Amino acid sequence: MPIEVFFAIEVAINGLMAGVMYALVALGFVLIFKASGIFNFAQGVMALFAALTLVGLQTGQIPFAHLINAIFGTRMHHFGWDLPTIVAIIGTMAVMVLLAFLVERLVLKHLVNQEPIILFMATIGLAYLLEGLGDVMWGAEVKQLDVGLPQGASVWIGDTTYALFGYDFFIDKLALWAAGIAAVLVIGLTLFSQYTRQGRALRAVADDHQAALSVGISLRAIWVLTWSIAGFVALVAGIMWGASSGVQFSLSLIALKALPVLILGGFTSIPGAIVGGLIIGVGEKLFDFFFQPIVGGATENWFAYMLALVFLLFRPQGLFGEKIIERV
Amino acid sequence: MSISDARALQVQQMESADADIFTTPDGRRIGGPILEMRNITLRFGGVVAIKDISFDIREGEIRAIIGPNGAGKSSMLNVISGFYHPQEGEVWYRGMRRARMRPYEVAREGIARTFQNIALFEGMSVLDNIMTGRLNHMKASILAQAVWWGPAAREEAEHREKVEKVIDFLEIQHIRKTPVARLPYGLKKRVELARALAAEPKILLLDEPMAGMNVEEKEDMSRFILDVNDEFGTTTVLIEHDMGVVMDLSDRVVVMDYGKKIGDGPPEEVRNNQAVIDAYLGVSHDDA
Repeated sequence: MPIEVFFAIEVAINGLMAGVMYALVALGFVLIFKASGIFNFAQGVMALFAALTLVGLQTGQIPFAHLINAIFGTRMHHFGWDLPTIVAIIGTMAVMVLLAFLVERLVLKHLVNQEPIILFMATIGLAYLLEGLGDVMWGAEVKQLDVGLPQGASVWIGDTTYALFGYDFFIDKLALWAAGIAAVLVIGLTLFSQYTRQGRALRAVADDHQAALSVGISLRAIWVLTWSIAGFVALVAGIMWGASSGVQFSLSLIALKALPVLILGGFTSIPGAIVGGLIIGVGEKLFDFFFQPIVGGATENWFAYMLALVFLLFRPQGLFGEKIIERV
Repeated sequence: MSISDARALQVQQMESADADIFTTPDGRRIGGPILEMRNITLRFGGVVAIKDISFDIREGEIRAIIGPNGAGKSSMLNVISGFYHPQEGEVWYRGMRRARMRPYEVAREGIARTFQNIALFEGMSVLDNIMTGRLNHMKASILAQAVWWGPAAREEAEHREKVEKVIDFLEIQHIRKTPVARLPYGLKKRVELARALAAEPKILLLDEPMAGMNVEEKEDMSRFILDVNDEFGTTTVLIEHDMGVVMDLSDRVVVMDYGKKIGDGPPEEVRNNQAVIDAYLGVSHDDA
């Protein structure tokens, strides 16, 4: 087989891995959209905030250090300890749950029965607030996140494929881990929503608020739960993205890449988020591979949005979304 | 008052309470008041939806609330189920004054309801919809439920059994797995009743359970309401437009008009009440 074919296959596989990363972010959007009909613009920033908090806890950074130093004239930055990764992750999760609680208490509670656009605007505000908070708490410099996941090309895969096909496939180990973690996450979320009481309640709230109230479901408890889960998914996404490209403020922009993924997969479908992410990932890598020499420039920047535009024209509800039927 | 006097008074009260409990000619046991509405007034801005209304609901009875459009019937049901909060008045439930409650808290206290415009989970199957009625009875831990472990699986099976009983009772076996969105209107109403029943409520609130139904569907629904009351002794509060249906079904009737109570009593008594007749047929102003 010519070497170009192998190269194309390699590109496609790496595209799949990149797609998993997109899907991780999109998943958080879907969860909140399903449960409360809110498009949570802050999802990307939540991933950033989670990653920042994780690094901060791990390296024993003092939160608000700059602020404290500026006010009191002190010069402290670190507690002087390093937390084990698992403790830092649990601590970060606690912070995300607290965040979910505060969002419900301070924002959602006061906007019950408002138009979706108003809730959307509120999440934009939340995005900027969180970004600023992350900055003040942990500082603006790019940080290294190391949670002990293996990095770099998998030598084993390279060797094996070389022995089999005479071509050395380059597959990032971190990407393989991301794929595995995403699979576990999706299976876990599916089990949770199908078989647990809280999952049922969550689906009920997503479907009809009034009916959910009438069978004894507390909307507020479910919202805290949903935002906590979205916070957990953001944490996972933050870890994966942070580990691959460092924790920096451009991380919040990955939320924009999740948008075409959602349009493709449908805003209300968890499998849709995964499949949409994979299609975008593979699509943009292959498109770049074949057409970049012709059109020139980085097609990866715009391919996903173009694909989303085509979908909006022909299948606005996405691949797995619920078809919108308006009764007259 | 001496102790013996107080004791005598207590016995007397108990006897009078006992006298309240009786059995209807068709063999249903009617108990004392389970829910009391005391001087309820509900306003929306300047509009008075309910004006100083008091009535009680006795354990095991079918109590109807009737009245012309806009009389405040649905508002009254919404007060009972916690969707609205009255500006004045008290709700007494099982002998205690009820604090201001949210709808989900009322549901957890054993008051289930259906809605005039049907509020079902359209995206779920009939079975899943009815299962949500059991949510407040589920206890297994979240982890055990997720992995379908021992007690959780057993608990799920028990709830499923209860739900299947309700499904059999309301004769909707054939649509068990159908998504609710695909059902015709009459069946949706029946599924909504099934979901309310699955919660094993102490009081069942039905907001126009027969609105928009044809004669045959109405007869079916009437039969179900009577059977539920007969079989499980469920206290039922029912809003209905169709006078004939109300007269056949209910033990006692409250009549509302423009937010006020204009009649209260057994169907035959209410039917002959002049104020009720005026409200329904309109008053001739010549004789005023």
